[in-house]
Amino acid sequence: MSHKVLETKNINKYFYDPVKFRVLSDINLSINEGEFVSVVGKSGCGKSTLLYILSTMDTDYEGDLYINGEKLSLKKDKDLAKIRNEYIGFVFQFHYLLSEYNVLRNVMLPGIKLAKYSMQEIEHHAMEHLRTLDMTDQALKMPNQLSGGQKQRVAIARALINNPIIIMGDEPTGNLDKKNSDMVFDIFDNLVKQRNQALLIVTHDPEFAEKTHRTIEMADGKIINHSSIA
Amino acid sequence: MNLKLIINIAFNLIRARLKQSIVAAVGVTFGIAMFITLVSFMNGLNNLLDGLMLNRTPHVRLYNEIKPTEQQPITLSKDHKGNTNFIQSIKPKDRGREIYNSQSIINELKHDKRVIDVAPKVTAPVFFNTGTIEITGVVNGIDVPAEEHLFKVSDYIIEGNVFDLNNENNTIIIGKGLSEKMMVKIGDVIKITTLKGGLVSLKIVGISQIGIAEIDNTVSFTSLRTAQMLLGESAGYITDIQVKLTDVAMAPEAAKEYQSKFKIDAIDAQTANSQFETGSKIRSIISYAVGITLLIVAGFGIYNILNMMIYEKMDSIAILKATGFSGNDVKWIFISLSLIIGITGGLFGLLFGFTLTNIIDAIPFETSSLPTIKTYPIDYKITYYFIGITFAVFTTAIAGLFPALKAGKIDPVEIIRGK
Repeated sequence: MSHKVLETKNINKYFYDPVKFRVLSDINLSINEGEFVSVVGKSGCGKSTLLYILSTMDTDYEGDLYINGEKLSLKKDKDLAKIRNEYIGFVFQFHYLLSEYNVLRNVMLPGIKLAKYSMQEIEHHAMEHLRTLDMTDQALKMPNQLSGGQKQRVAIARALINNPIIIMGDEPTGNLDKKNSDMVFDIFDNLVKQRNQALLIVTHDPEFAEKTHRTIEMADGKIINHSSIA
Repeated sequence: MNLKLIINIAFNLIRARLKQSIVAAVGVTFGIAMFITLVSFMNGLNNLLDGLMLNRTPHVRLYNEIKPTEQQPITLSKDHKGNTNFIQSIKPKDRGREIYNSQSIINELKHDKRVIDVAPKVTAPVFFNTGTIEITGVVNGIDVPAEEHLFKVSDYIIEGNVFDLNNENNTIIIGKGLSEKMMVKIGDVIKITTLKGGLVSLKIVGISQIGIAEIDNTVSFTSLRTAQMLLGESAGYITDIQVKLTDVAMAPEAAKEYQSKFKIDAIDAQTANSQFETGSKIRSIISYAVGITLLIVAGFGIYNILNMMIYEKMDSIAILKATGFSGNDVKWIFISLSLIIGITGGLFGLLFGFTLTNIIDAIPFETSSLPTIKTYPIDYKITYYFIGITFAVFTTAIAGLFPALKAGKIDPVEIIRGK
């Protein structure tokens, strides 16, 4: 059994508005490094809610969350921000690139924040990620000059800049056509194979889910099925 | 906290919204420029008016007041002790106006550490004779070097030289109003009658103008010796001792002390010129109030623009938080953004304020009542610029704080999920 990058123990979450409602009940799951996991389920089943808890951005839950073996429940905003910065990469449905910065700078931003490497090194890493994503020529363009698929690739490069142990995606292919969506999948697949990073992707695209190592199916806030193709 | 990165992000946010940011900064610039101009101008005016009166009056003046004896005989009588005595129609005692033992008082004052210098003076009411008319007036016998040192009397001599009073005996400098009434000029000889009836001829060596018509119509200056001679008194005769202190604020205390020490009447500048103090204070308050109001208005401008910016940049804030910026970092981004606007606006404000005061300083302002003033008075004090920039930083920081706190509290999940 390889190293667990993410683990949850009995995570429960409630919505209180308009009435108390249990969104997640007793979620127990773990993800190992080098594992490509997808989460599927009907709309409203709590899969995105779960992802945001796992991402540390949502702290309003019961139960324990471990990332890289470290217990994160009850940690402060500042410490969680640091963990997100260093260990987690995000790709969302929308690209969320900062329109004030060019592509390269957008990719570099989390790296500059981490401040583990010098600016030159961060820039070098950013260019390398852009190269693997075939975006080298776009590096100095502004985000509004790119197509939707290109923007999403930049967002992926940004997620990779700090070499996170896990990359989380909330419908990263949701806004993309078939061709771009396949390409994003290939990029993810390569990451798992080459860098041994873990991937946790929420999707409603069954085709995408089928190709992953493991699919977690959710319904009514519960995990109903762990299917593994490996 | 990565300050460089935070400031860099703040700068880029400003660049993205350059027009609004400039408008916000101009608000601050305007506020600060107006503040500097107002305060400099008002204080220039204050100093001018204070100078008109306070610099010309001694901080403490020692003299003999015309008043009745404090201890009337009946209160000293043992038979009536403990009774309440009503005495009517008391008359002031004739003690003469001469300060006794003036030389030793002056010597002692000169050794007091708080005292800059002491100037003795003889004042005497006289009549100026022109034809058959007698004009009432006052002769001030002054110790010219001391008077010049303390009160810069030469500033108000518009013709002639004040030191000529010492160079030649029986000379006089008369007020401009007086010279016009008598139609005399430098070199002419005028006749003066003292209250005791003596008649003296004095040569005019200068014309003075203080700027207050009432004074210029009656005042005249001679040397101490000439005044003493005029009154038929000996060389020790002094009616006033004028004291200038290192700090005018000490005057009331010093006056009290001298009063009991030398058994003489003493009045301090604050009491003698209380109306001027009040005027100066009110003018200062008005200029500060207007300046602060302008800055508060500018602060609201910044607040609005920051709020707008935060709504526009929700996505950016969300992704910054998702990629590892804490709420605190985001808060500081917006505070530094506000401070950048405030400091830039403030510095330009200081510059414009300085330019504006320079322009005002160059505007001719000639009035017959203020002979030494050629342009509008401006007080260039570095303190105002410090106060100005501090205000700018303070108001913008406050204006930026609330939007920044809001930005820091934005929940990225809500924004990202809302898409």
